[in-house]
Amino acid sequence: MAQKPESFTSIPDPDRRAVITGIGVVAPGGIGNDTWWSYAKSGQSAIRRISRFDPSQYPVQLAGEVDGFDAGDYIDQRLIVQTDHWTHMALAATQLALDDAKYDPEGKDPYRMSVITASGSGGNEFGQKEIENLWGKGPIFVGAYQSIAWFYAATTGQIAIKYGMKGPCGVICQEGAGGLEALWHSRRNIQRGVDFVVSGGTEAPIGPYALTCQLTNGRLSLEDEPDDAYRPFDERANGYVIGEGGAIVIVEEAGHAKKRTAPQVYAEILGYGATNDAFDPKRVNGDGSQLVRAMKMALERAGVAAGDVDVVFADAAGVPEADRAEAAAINEVFDRDVPVTAPKTMTGRLYGGGAPLDVAAAVFAMRDGVLPPTINVDSPAEGCALNFVTKAQEGPVDTVLLNARGFGGFNSSIVLRKPQ
Amino acid sequence: MRRSAVTGVGVVAPGGVNREAFWERITSGETATRNITFFDPSGFRSQIAAEADFDPQEAGLNDQETNRMDRYVQFAVAAALEAVNDAGLDLGEVDGERLAVTLGSAVGGTMILERDYVVVSNHGEKWLVDHEYASPFLYHALVPSTLASEVALKFGARGPSVVVSTGCTSGIDGIGYGHQLIQDGEADIVISGASETGISPISMACFDPIKATSRRNDDAAHASRPFDRDRDGFVMGEGAAILVLEDFEAAQARGAHIYCEVAGYANRGNAYHMTGLRPDGAEMAEAILDAMSQGGIEPEDIDYINAHGSGTKQNDRHETAAYKRSLGDQAYKIPISSIKSMIGHSLGGIGAVEMAACALAIDRGVVPPTANWENPDPECDLDYTPREAKRRQIDAALSTGSGFGGFQSAMILARPKELEEVGI
Repeated sequence: MAQKPESFTSIPDPDRRAVITGIGVVAPGGIGNDTWWSYAKSGQSAIRRISRFDPSQYPVQLAGEVDGFDAGDYIDQRLIVQTDHWTHMALAATQLALDDAKYDPEGKDPYRMSVITASGSGGNEFGQKEIENLWGKGPIFVGAYQSIAWFYAATTGQIAIKYGMKGPCGVICQEGAGGLEALWHSRRNIQRGVDFVVSGGTEAPIGPYALTCQLTNGRLSLEDEPDDAYRPFDERANGYVIGEGGAIVIVEEAGHAKKRTAPQVYAEILGYGATNDAFDPKRVNGDGSQLVRAMKMALERAGVAAGDVDVVFADAAGVPEADRAEAAAINEVFDRDVPVTAPKTMTGRLYGGGAPLDVAAAVFAMRDGVLPPTINVDSPAEGCALNFVTKAQEGPVDTVLLNARGFGGFNSSIVLRKPQ
Repeated sequence: MRRSAVTGVGVVAPGGVNREAFWERITSGETATRNITFFDPSGFRSQIAAEADFDPQEAGLNDQETNRMDRYVQFAVAAALEAVNDAGLDLGEVDGERLAVTLGSAVGGTMILERDYVVVSNHGEKWLVDHEYASPFLYHALVPSTLASEVALKFGARGPSVVVSTGCTSGIDGIGYGHQLIQDGEADIVISGASETGISPISMACFDPIKATSRRNDDAAHASRPFDRDRDGFVMGEGAAILVLEDFEAAQARGAHIYCEVAGYANRGNAYHMTGLRPDGAEMAEAILDAMSQGGIEPEDIDYINAHGSGTKQNDRHETAAYKRSLGDQAYKIPISSIKSMIGHSLGGIGAVEMAACALAIDRGVVPPTANWENPDPECDLDYTPREAKRRQIDAALSTGSGFGGFQSAMILARPKELEEVGI
C-alpha cells in the first residue's frame, strides 16, 4: 500500500468556501489599511512628479508613488539587499495583512498555507542595476542575488520562505488582470485542501528602463499635471498614469476562519469569470464583448443577479477606446443606475497590485458602508455615461463586482459578498 | 470529476525542433549541448548551452509575428501549432469561448529586454536610458503575459488565459493549471505548456556567481551529467512544449487519439531557501504522494520517472531522496532518466518539454536514457537508465520539477484504464 501524503490530496471539494479575512495595503496615498482608506475616501490624488529618478528627459513625468516607505521597518537588512523594491512592498504588505487577520503562521501546518501572488513586471529595478553591471563592466560584476531578485516568482518565494508556507504556491502573470486571477486561483487551491493563502500582489514599475518599456505600449498619459493625466471615461481621457504598490489579500477557507475565530470575515469570493479578447494586438481590448462575458460568468457562478450588485469597481483603462468598451459592457450587464467607481484614479494603475488594491477598497466599503470616489470624471465622454461615484457615498454595500483588464486582451471579473 | 486527456503534443527543443526530431534526439542518447554560438561567451564562467536551430518562418509564423514576438513566444506558437494539429482539432469547429491557454515561463521576454537595454543604455553607460531608441514591441517583452495573449490570439482562444511564472517548475505548473481548469469546468480544451529562451548574456550571468551552471567548457557534449558522480552543474537550454488537454469524455466522443491522461498534479514549497535544498527531499516527496493519491496510483504502478535531474550536486541528491521517501523500495526498481543530459535545462520551459517526453514515452513504450551517466555517486544510487533507451510498456509516468523559490512540482501521466482494456 502506498503512503498517503501527510497533508492532503488535492481533489476539489466545492463545499470549501473562500473568504477574505485580512488586508495589507502599501499604496500611493498611504501605508496601512486605515491610513490608505481615509485617503481613498478623501478624493485626493496621490499622483505627482516621479521622485524615484529624475524624469525630466522622459515624456512621462507623473506616477503614483508610495511616500515614506522604508523597507527596514518590515524586513531585515540581509533580505532587503537580496530583493527588489517590488518584493519589499509585498513583504511589508504581507506583515500588515497577517496582523490584520490576527494570524501567526508560526507553528501552523505548513502545507496548508500557500502564497499566490500576481506580477506584471517582476523585479525590474534590481534587474536594471545588474544588467548595467553586466554590460557596463562585465559578467563577473553581476551579483549573486540577480537570479533570485529579478524573476517574477521572487515575491511569492520570499513570502513563502519568510513565513514557512509550504502549500501549493503560484505566480500569476496577466498584466493588470492578474490580481483577480490570483484570488480565484487561491480559491481553487482552497477547494483542493489549502486553508490559508497569502494572495494579491504589488508592482514596482517606476524605473527608467521599466518606464521606457511602458512608453512603447502607447497608453500612458503624457500630461504633466496630475488632474489632466488619468481621466478614465472623461471626454479628456488621454491614457493612464503608472503607480507602484498594491495590497496583500488573505484568502482563507471559511471553516478555518470560523474555527480560529478570525477577527473579521470581510467578504466571500463568490464568483469569477476570465476571458481573452484574442484581438488585434495593436488595438485596445476589443469591443467589450468578452468583458461582458467575464462579468456574466462571474455573476452566474456567484448565483447573484445583476440587480443585486451594489457597486461596480471599473477597470478604468483611461484610454478612450477601452473606456467606451468597458462602459458599454457595464451598461449591457447592469441597469443604468448601478454605482460605478474607480478609486485607482487617485493612485494610478498598479498592474499586478492594482486589482488587489481595488479588492481592499471594496471590502472596506462593505465594512463601513461607504463607497470610495472616482476623481477626474468631470464630463463623461460619449458612450461613457455611467452612474459614477464622484464623492465618498454612504449606503449599504453587500455585493460588489470588480473588473480588471490586462494588456493582451485579458478580462477578469470577480464577485465578492459581505457575509450575511 | 472531469478528467483531462492529452490529445496533442508539440515540441521545440535543441537538436531538432519538432516533436519527432525531439523524440529521436532523446531516445538516441546523443546530446545537443554545445559551445554557445548566440553571443560571445568569453568572460563567462559557463560558456555552454543547448541551443535550438529554430527558424520561425519554417515553423509557420508570418513576418509580422516574427517581428513582434520574442523568441520564447515564437517557440510557444510553433509548438502550439504542432500540438493543435496533432490533436486533429479543427479550429473552425472548436468553441473559442471554452478554449483556454495556460503557459509557463520563468524569465519571459529577457532576450528582447536585453537587446533593447543595450541600445537604450548605450552599452550599460546610462541609468537614465534613452527611451527614443526603444523598439516598438518592448512592452510586450516586459510583461510575460504576452506569451498567453499571443497564443490566445493565434488560436482564437477566448476562455481563461494565464502565464504561470513559478521559476523552474513553471512548465509542470502551466500544464497543471490547465488540468485544474478542466477539472473545475472552466474550460473544455486547454493549450497548456511552457516556453523559455534563456541563452542570453544576462540569463547566463545570473547563474555564474552562484555556480549553478557547468563549467565543463572544453567538453560541451558531455557537460550535462545528471546523477553522475562528476556532475558540476546544469547546462542552459531553451525550448517549449505544448500539450493539448481536453475534457476526457469529449475527447473520447470525438474519437481523438488519447496519449494519456493527467492522473495527478501537485505542487509544494520547501519554505527553506530561494536556491538551497534540504537533502531529505521531504516537500518534493509530499508533492509526489499528493499526485499519486489523486489518481489512486501505487508505487508499483509507476513504470517510468522523468526526473528534474538538473545535474547540480544538490538537486540530484535531493531528488533521489524524494523518490525513496515517496516510493519506498520501489524507487530502486523504476527506471529514471533526465533528458536534460541531452537537451539542457530550459528553466521554465523544461517542465513542459519533460511532460511531452512522458506522453510520448507512454504512447511509444520507450524509456529515454540519461546520457553521460558513467560514474555512480553513492548518494544517487537508483536506476538512471544510463546512455541507452529501453523498451518497456509504460502505463504511468511520473515527472518532477524543482526550482528557485523552493517550489517542487509533480505530475503523473497515465494510460487511461478504459483504453488499457480495449488494448490501445
